[in-house]
Amino acid sequence: MKEIYLDNSATTKVCQQAVEKMIEIMTEHYGNPSSLHKKGYEAQKELEAVRKTVADFLSAEKEEIYFTSGGTEGNNTAVFGAVGALKRRGNRIVTTSMEHSSVIESMQKLEKDGFEVIYINSFDELANAVTKDTILVSTMAVNNETGFINPIEKVRKIIDKTNSPALFHVDAVQAFGKIPLKPKKLGIDILTASSHKIHGPKGAGILYLRKGARIIPLHYGGEQEKKIRPGTEPLPNICGMGEAVKNLPDMNKELQFMHELNTYCREKLKDISNVHINSNENCLPYIINFSVEGIKSETMLHYLEEKNIYISSGSACAKGKKSHVLTAMGLSDNLINSALRVSFSRYNSKSDIDELVKAVINANNTLAKIK
Amino acid sequence: MKEIILIKLGEIVLKGLNRKNFEDALMRNLKRRLAKIGEFHVQIAQSTISISPVHDDTDFDEVEDCVSKVFGIAAFSRACVTEKDIDKIKQAAVEYLADTFDTPKTFKVEAKRSDKKFPYKSPEICEEVGGYLSDNFPNISVDVHNPDVTVTVEIRDFGAYIRAGLIRGAGGIPVGTGGKACVLISGGIDSPVASYMMAKRGLELTAVHFASPPYTSIRAEEKVIELLQRVAKYSGRMKMFTVPFTEIQEQIREKCKEDYFTIIMRRFMMEIAEEIARKNGCHALITGESLGQVASQTLNAIECTDNACNMPVFRPLIGMDKEEIISVSRKIDTFEVSIQPYEDCCTVFTPKHPKTKPVLSEVIAEQNKLDCKGLIQRAVEGVKLTNIE
Repeated sequence: MKEIYLDNSATTKVCQQAVEKMIEIMTEHYGNPSSLHKKGYEAQKELEAVRKTVADFLSAEKEEIYFTSGGTEGNNTAVFGAVGALKRRGNRIVTTSMEHSSVIESMQKLEKDGFEVIYINSFDELANAVTKDTILVSTMAVNNETGFINPIEKVRKIIDKTNSPALFHVDAVQAFGKIPLKPKKLGIDILTASSHKIHGPKGAGILYLRKGARIIPLHYGGEQEKKIRPGTEPLPNICGMGEAVKNLPDMNKELQFMHELNTYCREKLKDISNVHINSNENCLPYIINFSVEGIKSETMLHYLEEKNIYISSGSACAKGKKSHVLTAMGLSDNLINSALRVSFSRYNSKSDIDELVKAVINANNTLAKIK
Repeated sequence: MKEIILIKLGEIVLKGLNRKNFEDALMRNLKRRLAKIGEFHVQIAQSTISISPVHDDTDFDEVEDCVSKVFGIAAFSRACVTEKDIDKIKQAAVEYLADTFDTPKTFKVEAKRSDKKFPYKSPEICEEVGGYLSDNFPNISVDVHNPDVTVTVEIRDFGAYIRAGLIRGAGGIPVGTGGKACVLISGGIDSPVASYMMAKRGLELTAVHFASPPYTSIRAEEKVIELLQRVAKYSGRMKMFTVPFTEIQEQIREKCKEDYFTIIMRRFMMEIAEEIARKNGCHALITGESLGQVASQTLNAIECTDNACNMPVFRPLIGMDKEEIISVSRKIDTFEVSIQPYEDCCTVFTPKHPKTKPVLSEVIAEQNKLDCKGLIQRAVEGVKLTNIE
């Protein structure tokens, strides 16, 4: 049975180029980038080369790129770092109710600390939510559960109109490498991304911090990453990520390929009477969220896993809990409990979708339905 | 909608008969820099240069960044081109200015009609376009005395241009029109700023860096390369020569009085730089000295170093405070690189109490204890060339 991996928003298979680079770093350039000798110098050169690759990819300056351990650390650094730097200028933070838990739970901690956090449900509410004493606006570029694309450009304009000192953070974990995101052009102050969502290894991430914007660090004890993220850099992971970025396919071409896969999958699913597709057609085509009414997400997931097909229930990070995103979308409990997320990568093909749909139909015919 | 960039020339327009040379140099520099971004038509007509991209998907922010770093340009603007037809101009203005008109509160329209065959006179153009804009952006009102945005409509020979606001250019005169000079670069804050300032006055640059391994590291040299790459965004490409300086520093340390160490070292640097400069067609040296900043930059010290070379030495920072220098270095993006903490040749063997008022004759007497000719010859023979793009 061929393995069919359709859970690429949870994580991706590491590309071969990244694997090879990591082996090279671990066996040859294993020096500490901070060491003064040649071994260290070589390692530092590798590190700075990745910084350049990432900066070029984002049309940013090298000095604006910091390495983190991944999306969650990046988001925590962005949220707490920005609030820490600006807390004298205001007490209000604006975010959406559909953020990833690494942002939502950071916000909850800040609420406990006395900050006023506004969770908007739609971007129409943004203009009223952002005030003169707002110090941070944080939103994701693409939702991890549904693929919804948020209107980043609009957010910047609204912040500008209010004359608030707010820093604008964009969680781009699901968007990086998939849609064009040039922080300078879009007026983003802080952008976070993760390596393992783009065929790089786990344990590396990117934090873009606009020149002139200031955040305070979460960790202390070293000069690395200009003190924003001290600690010896995980060079194999970072260099693996560099290769992953370098080997990202042309964005337009890949988007077109994803559209093909997405449309194909949608068409096939539509033929099943109790399937309800939760992602709309404006969503990023990498993700389709749908519900097979009557079959619990987890049951379906385990059924498919026996067929060597891997997908996600609702959202990988909301394991076991009712998805707050689908709840915020106003979906019925029935649909939320049976929600599934399929997410594609460049390694998928139409035949993978054929297998998936075949298995879903079989499950539909054999599994006991809940009422 | 076609977008272009319009450039207003700087002090070039004040030049007389050789104005063409300056314009040609500017066009050459612009074309070379733009070639790195994409394909463009660059034309000059009626003292204005226009840059129009060949392909529609050109990133205009990148073009803007590139143009803002070319010397010889006083100001420039992004503009939209339309046919010379009042209705088309009005339509295009609303479409093109939608983004710009999102935030300001007031505006006014100015018109320049260099094509006198156009049926509307300038005030009429203002009235037509201004009225149409007012109708379409009800939140913004006209203020002719103190507007947030000034929209300019230009009726020229080849078409009508609509633009909002001017962006300040890099100023100065085109690189290359003033000849070539050689900058002594250590890796600190000052020398990149000095390089930038002289390139601004039209000089093409060559750089000389002194390396003293193992007292200085490869990182210090890499840092200089990175600095020069940033300067090159303004000055254009250049050659960098790295001079092996270890032997000279060790010899001075061994044979000369400690308090003269820095002065003698600097004299060697000037002599070596001069020789490299001559070989490469340069007619001046450039240093980042600022009067009184450190012991080697007092009047007496500069008198002693200056004496070591016969070329004119340009010291554009001589009357500037450190704070002023830093603000330029931030502007040209070299500051963050400059402050990386790697030991450079100037800080190796610094004397505890350097002489602030060295006497030239004594300095020369000290220096003559060494085999100056041989030392300089070996250093010059050992130079390494790096091309900076």
